[in-house]
Amino acid sequence: MSELILLDRRWIARDAERSSTARFMLWLFPWVVLFVFGIYAAGLCFYYGLNQTNMDNRFAFGMWIYLDLAMIAMGAGAFFTGFLVYILKQTELKPILNSAVVLGLICYSGAVAVLMVDVGQPLRAWFTFWHPNTHSMLTEVTFCISCYLLVLILEYIPVLLRNRQLRKVPSFLVFELQLHKLVPVLAAVGTFLSFFHQGSLGGLYGVLRGRPFAFREGFAIWPSTFFLFILSAIAVGPSFLMLVTAAAETVTGRQLIQNAVFRKLGFISGVLLGLYVGAKAIDTLIWLNFTSPAVGFAPWDFYAYKPFGSALLFVEIVPLGLLPAVVLTLPMMAKKRSWLLFGATLACGGVLLNRFLLTVQTLALPTLAFDDFLQYIPSWQEVATFGGVIAYGVILYSLSYRYLPLFGQSKGEDSNVSMG
Amino acid sequence: MSARYGIVIDLDRCTGCGACMIACAAENNVPPAREQATSRTGLTPMLVHKISNGLKGAAEREAFIPVTCMQCGKETPCVSVCPQQAVEVDETTGIVMQMPQRCLGCRYCMAACPYHARYFNWWDPSWPAGMEKSLNPGVSVRMRGVVEKCNLCHARLHSAKEKAAAAGKKEINSADCIPACAEACPTGAILFGNLADENDPVSRAAQSPDAFRLLARLGTEPKVYYKSGQAWVRAMGERNSSPAPEVAHV
Repeated sequence: MSELILLDRRWIARDAERSSTARFMLWLFPWVVLFVFGIYAAGLCFYYGLNQTNMDNRFAFGMWIYLDLAMIAMGAGAFFTGFLVYILKQTELKPILNSAVVLGLICYSGAVAVLMVDVGQPLRAWFTFWHPNTHSMLTEVTFCISCYLLVLILEYIPVLLRNRQLRKVPSFLVFELQLHKLVPVLAAVGTFLSFFHQGSLGGLYGVLRGRPFAFREGFAIWPSTFFLFILSAIAVGPSFLMLVTAAAETVTGRQLIQNAVFRKLGFISGVLLGLYVGAKAIDTLIWLNFTSPAVGFAPWDFYAYKPFGSALLFVEIVPLGLLPAVVLTLPMMAKKRSWLLFGATLACGGVLLNRFLLTVQTLALPTLAFDDFLQYIPSWQEVATFGGVIAYGVILYSLSYRYLPLFGQSKGEDSNVSMG
Repeated sequence: MSARYGIVIDLDRCTGCGACMIACAAENNVPPAREQATSRTGLTPMLVHKISNGLKGAAEREAFIPVTCMQCGKETPCVSVCPQQAVEVDETTGIVMQMPQRCLGCRYCMAACPYHARYFNWWDPSWPAGMEKSLNPGVSVRMRGVVEKCNLCHARLHSAKEKAAAAGKKEINSADCIPACAEACPTGAILFGNLADENDPVSRAAQSPDAFRLLARLGTEPKVYYKSGQAWVRAMGERNSSPAPEVAHV
């Protein structure tokens, strides 16, 4: 045990103050259990097939696709913060950049892992690169997410190499230095890729001509959902970053980021959310009055089936859209961290609801005149697999926080916080 | 000249016996349903729905609608979404082809299909001992984790092409590739043929004033037509604001 403690302490930065090894192990234990259980559930799906899930021929997409969309939207904080810092030179956000990269890596790698369980033939995933259908939004998603995951790994490596022990290896130092020069380029590439795949994820539903609840007209080859997904993701990414940082502050009992950084993130999130809500409202009106009736579907038909009433549309746009936009941008409210976190929670809730409705309501609603309205409740294997991904995220974030300079406290950076 | 194969189903003749579903399964090596399978996880490339006009008592009317892949001819929803080109429209026949060997099993095509005519293999295919001897040697068995659907009995189309080639002809006779469902229907409700040939009986039936297609306003140009002399049955073609009629699967 003492050797373990010694090893643990040796990897923690010299000037950083961290909890005891035993306390850290205790914190990790339930997450490791959940992670192992998730691996077991995913193993069942690999071994026996997707009959272990409650998806079916009508509910071809389920909890996993919804959560993939949600995670990727939340992970948008990574590319967007990189874009703000390196491209728009908003350097005051630099202290939160490393944390954003780790969060992005967790969200994207977790989403890819779940997708691998979700497809019927994961060993054929490379077919998309070999036989790509350039008309498919899913091809665009696959290419961009794969490339962006690579970018995130490259962005994570310099953070990783700042570990106390890894810095002792001279070649790693040289590699880190070289990689560091590339970071602005990686941020630009990441921004480009992310804009496209966030949009393509929206396009995934918007192009479904056969599903009038999701189908949207748009510009050129892109339906309006393409642009709405980009806007909502960059609006909610900073909010999610705030929430995770606040959660980390609660768990560690330390202030990790100055209030000014929070206010800046909140303001950016609020302004973009306001734009998104406006665009979403216009899009909804066009869809209700023109797009849907043109293909023989009365709009009220979509909202005739409970629990998917029109109240949910209102909740998505007003209490979870307009309200947080106001809370996050009004200076008198943004002064208080509690209001900022309240606004960020509502903003994240709104985007989560949007992704949920687009995935689940689209498939639940009948299309044929003699169709049934369907219900779907995920199986324990689906829930446990996703629980495993959440646990993986918590474990990776915890390890990164413990052993790496997540909040810009290393020498040479403008440190805002005392990690010790 | 390119053909445009399709079918016309006379709903006034359909008794809902399910012979088309059985014939389809036998022809296309669809394995028997697993014990755990439900109406939503089974493989039914041809599925007969029972519908009602929603009225009660003497005014109540019922009918049956066999639903299969509509072989959409325009903006085919499943073709454009497949990320790895496992679905394509055969330009010489108009048939929407599914290649299970290339399918990733992402099920995006299933989400895209408004007719719910695509099926996922949730289980490994298996047959009771001895029953495998009855498998059709002309049709590949699909593995677990891939999507399949009606391809208008493609194996029969191959045979028809071979027959035409052997006779030195370039064009096939559509009578040589009648799908199993049309062949098995005891009342002759299912008519198969070339919609591009105006002299073909199927083409004439599709032009009938009693003919309609499902969700035609979506603009996907289905090549499966339905026919009925009853207005309430024809109204089933489009979805509207009226309550969905009662429905049961045969």
